[in-house]
Amino acid sequence: MTKYWISGEKSVEITEAEDNNTVSFTINDKNVVVSDGQTILEAVQRMPGIGDIPALCYHPAVRPYGACRLCTVEVSEDGGKSYKFVASCLYPVKEGMIVKTNTEKVRKLRKGIIELLLARCPNTKIIKELAQEYGVEKPRFSVGDQDCILCGLCVRACQEIIGKSAISLVNRGIYKEVAAPFYAYELGEGCIGCGDCAFVCPTGAITMGENGKPVLPRVKIPYAEIGAMMSGEKLSTSKG
Amino acid sequence: MVEQVKKLLDKKLKSVEELEKLRKSILNNQDTSRITVSVCGGTGCRASGAEAVVEAFAEEIEKRELQVKIDFKETGCHGFCERGPVVVIGPKKIFYQHVQSEDVPEIINETVLQGKVVKRLLYTDPATSEEITYESDVPFYNRQTRLILGANGEIDPTDIEQYIAAGGYSALSKALFQMNPDKIVNEITQSGLRGRGGGGFPTGRKWQSCRTSEGDIKYVLCNADEGDPGAYQDRSILEGNPHSVIEGMIIGAYAIGAHRGYIYVRNEYPLAVEHARIALDQAIDYGFLGENILGSGFDFKVTINKGGGAFVCGESSALIASLEGKIGEPKSKYVHMSEKGLWDKPSLLNNVKTWANVPLIINKGAEWYSKIGTAGSKGTMIFSLVGKINNSGLVEVPMGITLREMIYDIGGGIPNGKKFKAVQTGGPSGGCIPEEFLDTPVDFDELTKLGSMMGSGGMIIMDEDTCMVDVARYFINFLKGESCGKCVPCREGLAKMSDILNRITHGEGKPEDLDTMMDLAEILSAGALCALGRTAANPVISTLKYFKDEYMAHINDKKCPAGVCRELIQYNIDPEKCTGCGLCARACSMNAISGEKKEPHVINQNVCIKCGVCYDSCKFGAVIKQ
Repeated sequence: MTKYWISGEKSVEITEAEDNNTVSFTINDKNVVVSDGQTILEAVQRMPGIGDIPALCYHPAVRPYGACRLCTVEVSEDGGKSYKFVASCLYPVKEGMIVKTNTEKVRKLRKGIIELLLARCPNTKIIKELAQEYGVEKPRFSVGDQDCILCGLCVRACQEIIGKSAISLVNRGIYKEVAAPFYAYELGEGCIGCGDCAFVCPTGAITMGENGKPVLPRVKIPYAEIGAMMSGEKLSTSKG
Repeated sequence: MVEQVKKLLDKKLKSVEELEKLRKSILNNQDTSRITVSVCGGTGCRASGAEAVVEAFAEEIEKRELQVKIDFKETGCHGFCERGPVVVIGPKKIFYQHVQSEDVPEIINETVLQGKVVKRLLYTDPATSEEITYESDVPFYNRQTRLILGANGEIDPTDIEQYIAAGGYSALSKALFQMNPDKIVNEITQSGLRGRGGGGFPTGRKWQSCRTSEGDIKYVLCNADEGDPGAYQDRSILEGNPHSVIEGMIIGAYAIGAHRGYIYVRNEYPLAVEHARIALDQAIDYGFLGENILGSGFDFKVTINKGGGAFVCGESSALIASLEGKIGEPKSKYVHMSEKGLWDKPSLLNNVKTWANVPLIINKGAEWYSKIGTAGSKGTMIFSLVGKINNSGLVEVPMGITLREMIYDIGGGIPNGKKFKAVQTGGPSGGCIPEEFLDTPVDFDELTKLGSMMGSGGMIIMDEDTCMVDVARYFINFLKGESCGKCVPCREGLAKMSDILNRITHGEGKPEDLDTMMDLAEILSAGALCALGRTAANPVISTLKYFKDEYMAHINDKKCPAGVCRELIQYNIDPEKCTGCGLCARACSMNAISGEKKEPHVINQNVCIKCGVCYDSCKFGAVIKQ
């Protein structure tokens, strides 16, 4: 008979799974039984005390995205012979799997990611806290001054919860940013001013403006404006 | 009346018998006494003027009413792009290179009408200085096994009947009527075919899992979003022989039970898009696509989807997102595409080259196919041989050929007697392989062992004048802009890596930079979301592994040994060699060079922008790059 971990400091003995829709596996050397169809991160968050997985781009209200990679854990599906890194916010729980949320390798990877995030957003509270926790003192890289980590939570909340899609991630690679349609400085009629985006933002990069609409983190001069500056013409979206 | 006309115009083939009847009648109607003239209309030859040559031939033939004598066609890429525009005169395949429109009347007069060879248009082997008349004797061709590319030079891609005459769609009729889906999947599995798009995943296994996936709706997808710098084999197949890809897709669809297919092709490949579209229309007219294909009861439709030019959309999950109309960002593949792909339905995605292999395997059998290649990699692979190489072009070789054979025997070695330095394989996230591994057999596993990869078959040759730090900088720079920007390791990690490499090439590198870059490489390979990010550090890892001394020279001595990185070089004039001719001074756009006539000149380092014009213009080798 195996002891299974349920929550907090409690563990109970279960002789038989209550129905077939459960999955049993181990997290940090503890046996757990959870209902099927969830991800590792969801399972861990529902069992306080079993392990602490940091995650910045995850929010229970929207679909997982897998962008920040901080929730990476090690998983073995061959009884511990080999381990691989997976993003726990996306990886489904599977029968018999072994999950380790806080190994040295995992901490090293997270530390590296936090160093990159700290270089991008050196003044953001949550990232500074993470840096302290993982022992990142000063990034070895060139340092920026942004708040937005491009986790896409604002965009997903606006689309999935509100159904408005008033903002979007635009461009790719290092040029990616959150923007309103046509790079408008102020959000137009698409935005209902609900403030969902500001609420889910993990870094506080979005604030609510005086007009009741969110102010997006302006990162760069939009391309359209560069074109306008070159031609000396004034765009309708330009400030002033 | 209308009905009768409709019936006459209806080309739809309703059975295998009708297909074979059509094939026979095309072959019977071919006038074998006509001399075939095929002009390469591939992108490489077009860039060097093939369209004017095609026009000149068409005009000349019409003017002189030679239509009955000459079977003229503009074909797909012949592969030998270095020597374009290429013209091949049948039946013995006399091979003319660098043909211009002015040469056309002479070719018609001499070769076509009198059977004489125009010597000045022949290829001369640089090694033996021998003039070579026939295509099959050209070393570039006779070392190749052109199973896929061979037909490119034979058929007009815009004419389905030429494909049928060459045996086209016989694999489809075999698959539909002599095999069942299980047998087809089995045949592909037995052949040992592996995905040609980069991953090298066993194709049969992919088909099998898609076949057994539950669902009424399944999709078949063709990945023609080729974006590697210097690679153009998918483009050339789609331009030159689109029906082979379509035939492969129909067979795949029948095998897994799909009724809809998509070709995702780059919008920057207008000719490939056009030829694929023509081919699809013709395939519908002839009953190879649509309902009840060849009377088998099987339905299949293919749609072309043009990509917007993002490199990352060649990644399978990003391609699917793009097809669905979403932002082209990869997703995690913890649930496989064979279960949940396009619109969450089971989907089978293969590269253009993989699809083109399918009819071949069905026709000739898995046993025949699996005899070609190495133990782990079967069949042929098409490489685009580019960079510092004499014979740049597309080459198709059996897996297992050595890099040396490829570069020296087929590629003709390095131009201008320079020394080989490295070959970069597998696209931007591949690695650089140095000379000591030139005898490695090329296949999926061997290249991976060397820290590079097969990728889509790009092969960039570099000579002694290439700075390996600069190469790493170039590829990381490319990837930093072409990453989707979704996950932190890839977006931020590549940006920082690019910063460091820029600093090193500007002479501002620090010794600890190398460790920092290796740390970043580890974060990328362990933490990135998709294969682009996980392999993105390969250019850095492989150059650091094989060319660490060059990094050290940049960082410690502030020197670029290959003389590429501008901030680290200086041009000077050797007063012993300078004759004072003044050529360099006139060429210098900055007026940085001064000196009396017939006296040694001097470069003013404060004004010099290190463009190298003086170095290139000096006839006496007096300008020194340091």
